[in-house]
Amino acid sequence: MWFYSDKVKKLFKNPQNVGEVKNPDAVGDVGNIICGDALRLTLKIDKKTEKIIEAKFQTFGCASAIASSSALTEMIKGMTIDEAANVTNKDIAEYLGGLPEEKMHCSVMGMEALEAAIANYRGAPLKQEMVGQERIVCKCFSVTDKKIIRAIKENNLKTVEEVTNYTKAGGGCGKCQPEIEKLLKEFWSKEATKGACAKEPPRKKLTNLQRISLIQETIGREIRPQLKTDGGDIELVDIDGTKVSVKFLGMCLGCPSTGVTLKSFIEAKLKEFVDEEITVEEVRE
Amino acid sequence: MNKIIYADNNATTRVAPEVFEAMRPFLTEEYGNPSSMHTFGGKIIKDIERSREALAGLLGASDPQEIIFTSCGTESDNTAIMSALRVLPQKRHIITTKVEHPAVLTLCKYLESAGYRVTYLNVDNAGMLDLEELKSSIDQDTAIISIMYANNETGVVFPVEEIAELARTRGVIFHTDAVQAVGKIPFKLTELPVDLLSLSGHKLHAAKGVGALYVRKGTRFSPFMLGGHQEQNRRGGTENVASIVGLGVACELAKKFMEDEQVRIRKLRDKLEAAVLKNIPHARVNGHRQRRLPNTSNIGFEFIEGEAILLMLDEKGIAASSGSACTSGSLTPSHVLRTMGIPFSFVQGSIRFSLSRYNTEEEIDYIIKSLPPVIKRLREISPYK
Repeated sequence: MWFYSDKVKKLFKNPQNVGEVKNPDAVGDVGNIICGDALRLTLKIDKKTEKIIEAKFQTFGCASAIASSSALTEMIKGMTIDEAANVTNKDIAEYLGGLPEEKMHCSVMGMEALEAAIANYRGAPLKQEMVGQERIVCKCFSVTDKKIIRAIKENNLKTVEEVTNYTKAGGGCGKCQPEIEKLLKEFWSKEATKGACAKEPPRKKLTNLQRISLIQETIGREIRPQLKTDGGDIELVDIDGTKVSVKFLGMCLGCPSTGVTLKSFIEAKLKEFVDEEITVEEVRE
Repeated sequence: MNKIIYADNNATTRVAPEVFEAMRPFLTEEYGNPSSMHTFGGKIIKDIERSREALAGLLGASDPQEIIFTSCGTESDNTAIMSALRVLPQKRHIITTKVEHPAVLTLCKYLESAGYRVTYLNVDNAGMLDLEELKSSIDQDTAIISIMYANNETGVVFPVEEIAELARTRGVIFHTDAVQAVGKIPFKLTELPVDLLSLSGHKLHAAKGVGALYVRKGTRFSPFMLGGHQEQNRRGGTENVASIVGLGVACELAKKFMEDEQVRIRKLRDKLEAAVLKNIPHARVNGHRQRRLPNTSNIGFEFIEGEAILLMLDEKGIAASSGSACTSGSLTPSHVLRTMGIPFSFVQGSIRFSLSRYNTEEEIDYIIKSLPPVIKRLREISPYK
């Protein structure tokens, strides 16, 4: 069912500025047909004042994607490029009288198209510039860590579900959800230390026996259920001090990302719940 | 036009007025519990049994006692699969398809996480199964084959007769989710050797909240809902009397209207499809054109997105559904169309029209007239051409 604001409905039914600007000074292309939405933004810019004289869009997507695009073009007309650069997805959502949570990515797409167009105007090849520093987290929708962290920061996101609503990351096969969780944790723990500067008190030193049982407990509670949702599993083979050996089972066997799972998920969980010193290695038959 | 044109009958159907009238007394004066000793309650057993007979009649089953009433199609599917696994605890393998309803798929995914092995069979571009793949998937460990009768999204009908015979010769329990098929195509279970069959009331003009599971005599069975002795100890829980009675009447009506479904509704569907393909470029029918339910049409419109199409049709009073990502309740589009290998550009713009006996030719003409400007308008907005 549709829980759209009146403004979204109105702009969907009667979108403004549909089409392409003739001889555009800036073009912003984002999204693709596989993702389920795409937006092509074309701008006419006064070279002297750097004001946006004309803005038009073409959108493939749902009602909120079309309404967001229409809103964006209305908002930025008359702005200078510098002013437009400050428009965020929140501004677009506000202009629309709010968007349903799971449709927030439509407003993010608007912001991205605008950024791409501005970069295009300034002659900066936006995509290439960013590739070196970014890493694709969600392979289904090609969402990078940078985009996720930015969405977390700008929209005060706290859960994986919220990240999915705003960026689509994690909404396909779901394999990257542990990684999104990690990004969230990293971001918010950094934020927490920024303010308070309070360091975590050092953990109580564990005896060998305590460490072993805590490792077993953590694997059982935190790690195996998560792997099982993807049809995989692990078996604890041995513990030697802080060195943990595990064997992959089920769907994990032959999965190309076991290396990542080993370090960024299994080891991270054990470091979090047991001991910072823990390292995990894979044992193969 | 103020009236709603309801073309989403694979989602749910209108409760037939006759069904509603039959239900009414059991929601008012006749509120007794059929398990009671006193006449006021106990006599209601007769009404439930009459409904069971009507259901057996529609399915062409040899004995009404082969029918167990449940709360919905999902419960029937869950009951069937869990029953097979319980009666064959040493067997840990399930065969199903990639295009099942979530009632089966989600359960199978869960069972995988609980250590069962599941084979998900592929379908081809037309949505059809490869029976050789099925044959080679059966092994000593296979407890149950669960394959739907007809697909809810495309209407494609699987060769259930051949599958049932294959399962029978290999000694494997066979369950079919026939939720979309019962009431739309004729059944004769005395000649179709399925062991378990699920159906749902609200897909054939009965109320929501009632379904049934057919369990062939001689099929080992273990109940899913544990509780009282209802349904001969096969399904605990006080009977949903009004809905069960309504389902019986719905089955009688379905039998009566079977020819209408096969002839008139098919004609309306074919008229709609032919006109859409003729009037709108870059459109395709998803699924096998012949081996299909008579009421279902799944059409992909390239370059545009389904939710936008639905919302514009909604404005015009037309109710349909879509397999696009935005309408699937997740961010990924229809698993059925993707498994079929339908290009993404068509999947995102796929619309399902599903008709029923209450649709008229006038309504179909209205859809035919309303659709082209919607598609044209959205394509004007789209960057893809």
